[in-house]
Amino acid sequence: MSENQKLTDVVMPQLAESLVSATIAKWLKQPGEKVEQYEPICEVLTDKVNAEIPSTVDGVMAELIAEEGQKVGVGEIICRMAVAGQAPAPAQTQPHQESPSNAPAGNTGDQSMRSRYSPAVQSLAAEHGVNLSAVQGTGMGGRITRKDVLAFVEKGGNGSPSAAAGQAQQETPSPFKDLPHANPAVTPEQYIPRPPAPERNSGLHMTENPKIPPIEVERGGERETLIDVTPLRNAIATSMRQSVSEIPHAWTMVEVDVTNLVLLRNKLKDEFKRREGYNLTYLAFFLKAVVNAIKDYPIMNSVWAVNKIIVKRDINISLAVGTEDSVMTPVIQRADQKNIAGLAREIEELATKTRQGKLKLDDMQGGTFTVNNTGSFGSILSYPIINYPQAAILTFESIVKRPVVINDMIAVRSMANICLSLDHRILDGVICGRFLQRVKENIEAYTLDTKVY
Amino acid sequence: MAVMEYIDAIRLAIKEEMEKDEAVFVLGEDVGVKGGVFTTTKGLMEQFGEERVMDTPLAESAIAGVAIGAAMVGMKPIAEMQYSDFMLPATNQIISEAAKIRYRSNNDWNCPIVVRAPIGGGIFGGLYHSQCPESIFFGTPGLKIVAPFTAYDAKGLLKAAIQDPDPVLFFENKKCYKMIQGDVPLDDYTVPIGKANVLREGADITVIGYSMPLHFCMQAAEELEKEEGITAQILDLRTLQPLDRDSIIEAVRKTGKVLIVHEDNKTGGVGAEVAAIISEECLFDLDAPIMRCCSPDVPAMPISPPMEKFYMLSKDKVKEAMRQLAIY
Repeated sequence: MSENQKLTDVVMPQLAESLVSATIAKWLKQPGEKVEQYEPICEVLTDKVNAEIPSTVDGVMAELIAEEGQKVGVGEIICRMAVAGQAPAPAQTQPHQESPSNAPAGNTGDQSMRSRYSPAVQSLAAEHGVNLSAVQGTGMGGRITRKDVLAFVEKGGNGSPSAAAGQAQQETPSPFKDLPHANPAVTPEQYIPRPPAPERNSGLHMTENPKIPPIEVERGGERETLIDVTPLRNAIATSMRQSVSEIPHAWTMVEVDVTNLVLLRNKLKDEFKRREGYNLTYLAFFLKAVVNAIKDYPIMNSVWAVNKIIVKRDINISLAVGTEDSVMTPVIQRADQKNIAGLAREIEELATKTRQGKLKLDDMQGGTFTVNNTGSFGSILSYPIINYPQAAILTFESIVKRPVVINDMIAVRSMANICLSLDHRILDGVICGRFLQRVKENIEAYTLDTKVY
Repeated sequence: MAVMEYIDAIRLAIKEEMEKDEAVFVLGEDVGVKGGVFTTTKGLMEQFGEERVMDTPLAESAIAGVAIGAAMVGMKPIAEMQYSDFMLPATNQIISEAAKIRYRSNNDWNCPIVVRAPIGGGIFGGLYHSQCPESIFFGTPGLKIVAPFTAYDAKGLLKAAIQDPDPVLFFENKKCYKMIQGDVPLDDYTVPIGKANVLREGADITVIGYSMPLHFCMQAAEELEKEEGITAQILDLRTLQPLDRDSIIEAVRKTGKVLIVHEDNKTGGVGAEVAAIISEECLFDLDAPIMRCCSPDVPAMPISPPMEKFYMLSKDKVKEAMRQLAIY
């Protein structure tokens, strides 16, 4: 770096009001690369959403401080950029002192207060015989606080071994740690094959093999492949586990005759596509039927809150959308205010955004009931896990032609199953049975005259 | 028990004491016919007559002087200063006479007066209607000073002040009048003068304050706990003189990190004395410098709204100070 350049810290921005941290998914700029203002420097994952962080300055990427996969608090430094300017060398250390509030992370940041002990710390250390050099400081500038000493004593630490353990615990384990790109000379692209994801607008197809998750490490000679858990995979795992362990799930299924719906859609779909430019899917009709049924049974749109049940007034439908290696649940806000065409458009937009990885946090929030179109991958029956903390999740299964008895005659009809997992703390069989019957009635009530606008 | 506003609790305390004790009477500017500019004494003249609820001329020195004189002959006057800002003409009576009578008469005479005065800004009142004059009287031996924050304390401390045999300055916060509500027992109770009160338990920092800014402290503490897991011990001094040393020390020992909050100017405020007590008593319990979050040392409350906002404490200012202390 030349002398007339100064380093500017880039911090994790507050991407949404409620966010306190985000995980670095991928660095888009490597040290030495030129960066223009507002150009994305990295991708971050927050609450299952991807976002790009734009550069705040024109300059050259100098140093990546946060590793890929590392969770970084809002306001903490993620990288440093070299900016052409007048300020000479001393500026390099200044940012450190200017933002001591960002340093509670401990061992990486400013350590200027590491060996300044307050009277309370010294008193406690003397009382408990604690060797302060073994205590991890979480205060400003790495300072050991009174609480650090108390925590250390409580953990039973007075010698060095447990201190070392404490230190190890504090470090955020990075799933990327063992990857060769810990070596900054190698860019991620060189060893992580990341083919551009094809953009598709409809469901997953059986004609295509699912891709192997992109992050993969082989350990020499062993007959196993180890796949590191991505932050997104981890988020999915956490929410699934939370749902299954907290919510007592019950399950039920009904069968729906969709013959008329098939005819209706076949009649409209080509014209619709021509006029609107996107597909009129079965899902839009199904969603409308579900939303109208929820209106009749608002308890389906609720949340368990231990001593209360919170019934939500807005019907915001979370739509489960699968990608090659994950599942997202973007939300159709106020789905009850939309007609079938409007729902079709929302489905199209959210599915596209999901597959392109362009969902925003706003797209993911506020869901009150989840619908999953499991039929799109050929399922005829599924047992979905509730999208925590909602009360129920509903799936539409494949439409199949089957012989059906109607008025003691056998007819060939298009049939589909609808499955519902429910939170049995809130809902019982009777109410869910009625709800599903209403969904069924709504779907079977579609005729060739039904309007989609 | 009833939920009532801070101002109603004050009125109720006066009413109860006047019903109980013939010697108790109210005097001040506009306290009678008008019922007080804030309606604090509304209805009292109708109930007790103009002999016991007296409208006075606009002369605070006279209000205090008459009250002291009446107290000499066995009355228990409650003197109202319409705004604490107007109290300064009465300082000579209060500091040189009321505070010293018991001492200079070798315990022969005492002076059971209460001087009520609304303090505090944030009401677009400018320099003559917004001051916090605690520090003017603070440090005058012979005076007791109370500054309640809750409606419960407002009633209980005022009754204790009226019953007290010595002069008590009762600083009520005009911003609390309508903003602060709470459960207030309808029966006869007092809150002891000289006792602080723990409003909130916490382990990370200790916040010590009094009067209206505690409202911000409580809000900030709640948010900090929810957002960042920082828990705050909050001590309401309630009585500024004499300070409750034991409670202060106990609260400090709980966390070792102290923030003192008040609306009066930082320099020479009550917080300075609290900090001095802490450094005298708690040196080896301290884990951080004693911090203060107070109004700036500006000569007067600005009338310009943005400048008033700059001057006044707020939840955000207090919260930031609390956060800085927590991460120290």
